[in-house]
Amino acid sequence: MAKTVVLERKPLSLSERTYLPQILTGLKTTFTNMFKEKVTLQYPEEKPVLPPNYRGVPTLVKDPNGREKCVSCQLCEFVCPPKAIRITPGSVPEDHEDREHVEKAPQEFEINMLRCIYCGYCEEVCPEEAIFLQNEYSFSGYTRDEMINDKAKLYELGGTLPDDHYKWDKKKEAEEKGNPH
Amino acid sequence: MMLDAETLQLVGMKFLFALLMVGAVMTMAGYSVLAERKVSAWMQGRVGPNRTVLPYVQYIPILGPFLRGLGIFQPLADGLKFLFKEEIVPGHVNKLYYYMAPLVALVPALTTMTVLPFGEFFHDNGESFPLILADLEVGILFILAVSSLGVYGIVLAGWSSNSKYPFLGGIRSSAQMISYELAMGLSLLPVFLWVSEPGSGLSALSLTGIVASQAESTWLIIVQPVSALIFLIALFAETNRLPFDMPESETDLVGGFHTEYGSFKFGIFFVAEYAHIVVGSAIFTAIFLGGWHVFPWVADPWPENWLGSLLGVGCFLTKTVLLIFFFIWIRWTLPRFRYDQVMHLGWVRLLPLALVNLVFYVILVSWLDQPVATN
Ligand code: SF4
Ligand code: SF4
Repeated sequence: MAKTVVLERKPLSLSERTYLPQILTGLKTTFTNMFKEKVTLQYPEEKPVLPPNYRGVPTLVKDPNGREKCVSCQLCEFVCPPKAIRITPGSVPEDHEDREHVEKAPQEFEINMLRCIYCGYCEEVCPEEAIFLQNEYSFSGYTRDEMINDKAKLYELGGTLPDDHYKWDKKKEAEEKGNPH
Repeated sequence: MMLDAETLQLVGMKFLFALLMVGAVMTMAGYSVLAERKVSAWMQGRVGPNRTVLPYVQYIPILGPFLRGLGIFQPLADGLKFLFKEEIVPGHVNKLYYYMAPLVALVPALTTMTVLPFGEFFHDNGESFPLILADLEVGILFILAVSSLGVYGIVLAGWSSNSKYPFLGGIRSSAQMISYELAMGLSLLPVFLWVSEPGSGLSALSLTGIVASQAESTWLIIVQPVSALIFLIALFAETNRLPFDMPESETDLVGGFHTEYGSFKFGIFFVAEYAHIVVGSAIFTAIFLGGWHVFPWVADPWPENWLGSLLGVGCFLTKTVLLIFFFIWIRWTLPRFRYDQVMHLGWVRLLPLALVNLVFYVILVSWLDQPVATN
């Protein structure tokens, strides 16, 4: 155990007891501060630099082939702590030209931004890497309805992100070779 | 009753001058608020208000954006905001005194300036008059008497609000006022002694006399630094500025005496506080910083005509503004004293110091004036 050292406090000298020299030092500090560079960010004109892992508004993304990635597994809906996500699952028709291997896709996908706490769990849990919290941070609206992002809005906000897997291409290839799933 | 043209003219002129002076002091108070916001921002590494601008002004090249960045139009916006805010009167207040309090706070601040000389007017025939609304023989006594009435506004606000935080603020404020008034008065006595030396023919109780005495020798702050220091500290306490902002004490009394006030009534309190600072700074300038005389020991370098008057007034204003800056500077440097520390400082430190200072100058002045007395 560390030994406790009791520091002897020196009695204040006369000049210290008048406080005046200390006040002068303080005045000097504040005065020099006046000429230092300002840290204020002139917000609407200057935007903050966002770190790469920034968590902005959650959005749905498409892969570079323009295909919907979400398979409406509803894991994000389940994990979302404030229950901001509401998904209506739908199926992809068998004869859909380039998505015949996908069974499901969300019919409707809503994120209520009045509930969302930007925790990023949805992004973390998504098995398809379909939902991302991107850089948009100043989301606002005049009514409550405006604050609920529907599927179209989510895709519009999300855009396309690079993809490492091209899962649907692989599946299609596998099926063509005769071993689906 | 007879009213001849001359009397009417005199009254009219006085009225006009009074309006001008109220306008000047109120403008300065408004811009002190801006200065407070700007200086505090700079000291904290921020830029302060820089958005408000009148329509079209920002299109003037260079000047427009500069004025906007300086926040020159901010006081206008602030004032309008106070005017148009919803007027809320809590149900538990004593209405009459609740409405009276802001006025009682503002009036003394504006009354003290009547006896405040701020320059000199040189007549063609070589005479000079001080620029002052009312040249009272007992100017300083008048100021001491009236300026401490300002505390009634605060006490009244604290009491009529009928709520605990304003009440505490009011109590603290009255206690503080009593403690510092004494030291303030005592710190001025050596000044009277010094100025009214035998044969000088100057009345030390009138501010013009004090300023005139500083033209002949040097600034009183150099002759009597201790008096100046005590007076300055008491002035801080009198104007309720940090480190003595007992009645407000935002950190422990919510808003202090004006917790229950909103909209324009709060605005009046606000303006009163800054008007107090402006007038206080001007008084300190007149008593200790040589008034409108520019340097110690040096005769005014300007000619004795209208130009000289203007430069003198400019000099007085410059000193006052610098002192206002000092008030703001102190506020953003020092933390607030605890209530008991304020009382301790007032009674145990400043009062004895003022007494010792007085005795010292009594001895010094009687020793200095001895040859005059014996011859
Ligand atoms: S976004 Fe991801 S987690 Fe949510 S339903 Fe779609 S695939 Fe599942
Ligand atoms: S970021 Fe969190 S709160 Fe927002 S939708 Fe995703 S899981 Fe829900």
